[in-house]
Amino acid sequence: MRLAGIDIGSRSIELIVLEDGKVIHSKQAESGYNPIERVKELISDISYDKIMATGYGRGIVEVAFDFPTVTEIKAYGTGAAHLYPGVRSVLDIGGQDTKVISINEKGRVVKFEMNDKCAAGTGKFLEMIATTLGYQTHQIGSEAQKGKEGIEINSMCAVFAESEVTSLLAKGCERNDIALAIHQSVCKRAVGMIRRQNTSSPLMFAGGVANNSCMAQLLEESLGENIIVPEKPQFVGAYGAAMLAGLL
Amino acid sequence: MADYTQMWTELGLNHDNHNALLENLGNAYQSIFMTQENRPEGMSYFDFVMSEAHGLRIQELREEQEAGRKIIGSFCVFVPEEIVLAAGCTAVGLCAGADFAQEEVEKVLPRNTCSLIKSFFGFKLGKVCPYMEVSDMIVGENTCDGKKKSFEIFKDMVPNFYQMDLPQTKTPMARQMLKHEFQSFVEKLEEMTGKSISLENLKQGIATVNAKRQALRRLSMLRSADPAPISGLDALLINQIAFLDNPVRFTEKVNALCDELEIKIKENKGAKSSDAPRVVISGCPMAIPNWKIPSIIEATGAVIVGEESCIGERGQRNLTDDSANNIDGIMDSIVDRYFKIDCAVFTPNQERVNHIKEMSQQYNADGVVHYGLQFCQPYIMESFSVEKQLEKENISVLRLETDYSQEDMGQLSTRVEAFVEIIK
Repeated sequence: MRLAGIDIGSRSIELIVLEDGKVIHSKQAESGYNPIERVKELISDISYDKIMATGYGRGIVEVAFDFPTVTEIKAYGTGAAHLYPGVRSVLDIGGQDTKVISINEKGRVVKFEMNDKCAAGTGKFLEMIATTLGYQTHQIGSEAQKGKEGIEINSMCAVFAESEVTSLLAKGCERNDIALAIHQSVCKRAVGMIRRQNTSSPLMFAGGVANNSCMAQLLEESLGENIIVPEKPQFVGAYGAAMLAGLL
Repeated sequence: MADYTQMWTELGLNHDNHNALLENLGNAYQSIFMTQENRPEGMSYFDFVMSEAHGLRIQELREEQEAGRKIIGSFCVFVPEEIVLAAGCTAVGLCAGADFAQEEVEKVLPRNTCSLIKSFFGFKLGKVCPYMEVSDMIVGENTCDGKKKSFEIFKDMVPNFYQMDLPQTKTPMARQMLKHEFQSFVEKLEEMTGKSISLENLKQGIATVNAKRQALRRLSMLRSADPAPISGLDALLINQIAFLDNPVRFTEKVNALCDELEIKIKENKGAKSSDAPRVVISGCPMAIPNWKIPSIIEATGAVIVGEESCIGERGQRNLTDDSANNIDGIMDSIVDRYFKIDCAVFTPNQERVNHIKEMSQQYNADGVVHYGLQFCQPYIMESFSVEKQLEKENISVLRLETDYSQEDMGQLSTRVEAFVEIIK
């Protein structure tokens, strides 16, 4: 049986097709201004028996394509539990959300936290800062790893943090030092959420921001434990949705 | 609806603003309430009251005024309705459930003020609340810091503003203070009406308000049935209308609805599917037309079975004992009844957590959604310990913090849906 999962996030859409539990397709596209069209393109040349949609845009595809839906919280929890049996918590930093999800021994989501309506500490935040510092989004992590410690970013609001960065640049600070400070502030916020929820180990770091090696390293240092970063962390939600499609 | 333009003009409402408000309200009501399935027939009365909330009901209040009654507007369940009725006056709750004239409000209040406070300022500044305009006296009460400081500004915007002080602890001294405040309130009403309040008046007032509370209690208890015979949105609406409607007529209509619900329960007919997850909502008051969180919760297919809220059980639980046969004894009974209210402005306030636990057992809830208004320090502070204590008893809790705006609907829906997936 072919099971498909599609995760329509604020920044990107991921599609996974499983055949007998093995991934046979995985595709990604930017969400853009017309996610329905993007979804149409993504599914145009694939076949599947069952599909499940998740992510921020699940509501619009529920209407447009009549796909069943599940929240990204359950999708990430389920995806993580299937990819790494025994995983007990997930930190998902995506385009505009940060979530901490606790999973019980049976792989079920039992609790979660999600950031408020502001974008501080999310992928979008890092993207904005990368632009201000003149980096490509994918570069900012490795550049930050070359930075020296010492700067502290105080503002947690994306807009204020950007002006804080601008004034640090005007003061003559090195941009990779600033990049490191930005990563430290995002990490601090995520660790705060993890601690508040009193999660169990092992923790999986997933979502697009988990591709950022600096963030993963800082998280391990702050938490004082090894964390699991899957091979394609942004696909965990789509994978979970596909697994859940199998239960329909 | 009949044409009330002249009445609204006489009340000094701003027509353009008021029409815009009524249109928004009407649309929201249509899409949130009228699209529900399996509604009890008895809800048609409450739909009617809502449709005439700014029309016929205001006309009734004006007729009462012509007949010599005074209208007392207030914002809080601490203002004793039995005393208002005993004085031959009518109590109404004032509008505080929607954003209005935000730009005007932010000229007089800090931005980081809770939506409820900003709302009643907005309704006043935008001249759109006929209840505020028809009131002969507006009672503000010193509950949270936000309210008591904002009243310093609000008192100059309305004629006949009366401030009632409230205790913050449950000590004997605090109780004495509450009694003193209620006595001053009696004196103020007597001065306004020129008539003194008798023992008989007080007993009559208590009888009317107790009957209303009993009817609402009966409605609450019926919701413990599985499947719940009425949606949480409809039950909330009834609790909201309790602050606007004539209390005797309201009581009759709630009881008639309860008769119908009893039949539904016998026939095993629920408002939602029989496997609908059951949720208790707890926290800040939800004033008309604040239906934001309940509508998100029930859109997921879950059913709300209780409101631990001032507009809900916190405001309506406990009757007033009317057995004393002198005025001072009756005043003591009234004070005792109000002194039990477990508002988050009190410290410590363990009773509230106990009540949430009781309610979630009583109504067979699968989980509790804690609703905090952004910048509402008392309830948001308490939410942490509420969560901790409930989780210790294996009750799932979702803490939400929001305001009256619509911009966080997407994120709130995701959280609520994920919570419902967990408790299912």
